[in-house]
Amino acid sequence: MTATMTPPNAPTPAEPPEWMLRRSVSAGRRVRNGLATMWMLLSVLAAMVPLVFVFGYVVQKGAHVISRAWFTKDLPIVDQFPGGGMKAAIIGTLVITLWATLMAVPLGVGAAIYLNEYGRHGRLARIIRFMADVMTGVPSIVMGLFVFAIFTLKYGLIGFGGSLALGALMLPIVIRSSEEMLRLVPDDLRHASDALGARRWHTVLRVILPAALPGIVSGSMLAVARAAGETAPLLFTIGAARNTNTNVFRGPNTALPLQIFNNATRPFDAAIARAWGSALTLVVIVFVFTVIARIVSARFSVRR
Amino acid sequence: MTSLTASERDAGRNLQGNGNAGDVWADRIFRGATLVAGLTVLAVLALIAYSTTKEAWPAFHHAGLSFVTSSRWDPAHNKFGALAFVYGTLVTSLIAIVIAVPVSVGIALFTTEVASPRLRRPIVYVIDLLAAIPSVVYGLWGVFVFAAWAQPKYQTVAGWVKHIPVLNTIFGGSATGRSFMTAGIILSFMVTPIITALTRETFATVAQDDKNAAIAMGATRWEMIRVTVLPRVRGGMVAAVMLGLGRAMGETIAVALVIGSSHQITTHLFSSGDSMAAVIANEFGEAQGDHRAALIGLGVLLFVITILVNMAARLVLRMTSRDNMGSRA
Repeated sequence: MTATMTPPNAPTPAEPPEWMLRRSVSAGRRVRNGLATMWMLLSVLAAMVPLVFVFGYVVQKGAHVISRAWFTKDLPIVDQFPGGGMKAAIIGTLVITLWATLMAVPLGVGAAIYLNEYGRHGRLARIIRFMADVMTGVPSIVMGLFVFAIFTLKYGLIGFGGSLALGALMLPIVIRSSEEMLRLVPDDLRHASDALGARRWHTVLRVILPAALPGIVSGSMLAVARAAGETAPLLFTIGAARNTNTNVFRGPNTALPLQIFNNATRPFDAAIARAWGSALTLVVIVFVFTVIARIVSARFSVRR
Repeated sequence: MTSLTASERDAGRNLQGNGNAGDVWADRIFRGATLVAGLTVLAVLALIAYSTTKEAWPAFHHAGLSFVTSSRWDPAHNKFGALAFVYGTLVTSLIAIVIAVPVSVGIALFTTEVASPRLRRPIVYVIDLLAAIPSVVYGLWGVFVFAAWAQPKYQTVAGWVKHIPVLNTIFGGSATGRSFMTAGIILSFMVTPIITALTRETFATVAQDDKNAAIAMGATRWEMIRVTVLPRVRGGMVAAVMLGLGRAMGETIAVALVIGSSHQITTHLFSSGDSMAAVIANEFGEAQGDHRAALIGLGVLLFVITILVNMAARLVLRMTSRDNMGSRA
């Protein structure tokens, strides 16, 4: 497995480094090199182990819960009853995340435009950039408490509170990834547009944004994927509905991550099965977003 | 970076004299709107600090310094000492870091120095998938699969070290599946992708010339890594570890499910405990009055700690990347 065992004449993807062919490299040095290579290889394998096991169990334990009713029926009246479906939570997750996206993406892209097209290396832009980086580190539960303090205490438990908390989590991610994409747009395009006498806002909207769009879309979708899987910001902001509620501005709501957390802490088989089913559904949703983001960025990016 | 500054370009346009007044205003409004969008970051951060502190104030006022020096958390008697939770947060994050750092550095080295470009991409994707799994799914798996599997292993280890000093204070005692150790291990899965991505980025900044020079001198690959890569990336690695630590400390749901929720400070890592974020998640639902204020206070504490760790990490990152640029010029 280790590179040192490769015979010199074997067809290797890269040509073998010169030291491997020399007899003068002492056994001790070869062993140390082999151990180091082994460590790196084992690290990669070690990271795969949890991935395989988590996936395996989620699919195995979640799949048999999921049927047609899973997507068409609301939750049963009490958790210990079997039957019912997860429609309320699936719809809840989608609408709450949608509203979060509607807030975070325009704001985030706007901020990125300021940072890359106007502020650049100015003092204010540097502060905003730094704080956006720092904001990505704010724990999601703190976002939940924040929304509880400024919104839920006044307006009650509604889906929009969850959207606010998720939006606040997404905002810095969207800003930093969008700015990265705007920076990849060559300055030649800006100069060309300037030379034609276009105003700055015109240049940004008609030339720069279209050029950076695939990257911005893919970065935003990764932020959506991250937000859709968050539980902590929803714990004390959206309430606990059992029926589908598509209106985030009225009445309590529910979401898949919440259903996983709540059902996992109940001592009933039906509830635990429901938790695994919700986990499978959530993982599929998150992965669809992640994969689409990857495809968009791989298919449309010219400069990478 | 050689482009004209915004004001220079605007000056040029104004001299052209072909923009009508409406256009000038459109530009100003657009710029103003993007600036407002940028300022929301600062506004939200300030608002988080203000609003949570305000809600937590009764608890801070009531408990004073004992909020962080006492470990007596007794909502029924209005006693709120968070020390046990601070301890749990630190212990679980440290376990996570101790496990995740060697693995992350190994992966980063493998992808930058060993793997062929064709192998590199899939590995990077798979490591990123590890970050895409939601925290609550890790928690669900952790409590029903991992904790059940690990409990007898913990008990075996606890039996081995029963009479060995030092080790028996860490791995001894009663061993349970829902414990600091389980929480730390689950957290290590979650921080590995972050630390890997950041260390890989810093490894990639090491000049190929330096590596070639080391190989030309007859170094093995490991010797080349040791003399050219590792000394150059110390700052980046420190920052990566700190960002991973910040993430681990704020992780809530997975920890809430697997840590076992018991208010105690113990050196036994196989015992159950609690963390700041986990307590908030588990108790907030039923909390009223001072209890709720105290839980929000825990959030304020967590916010301050993670913000400081993140700021420090970003500053280190910024300083080291500047150093590297300087040496390459």
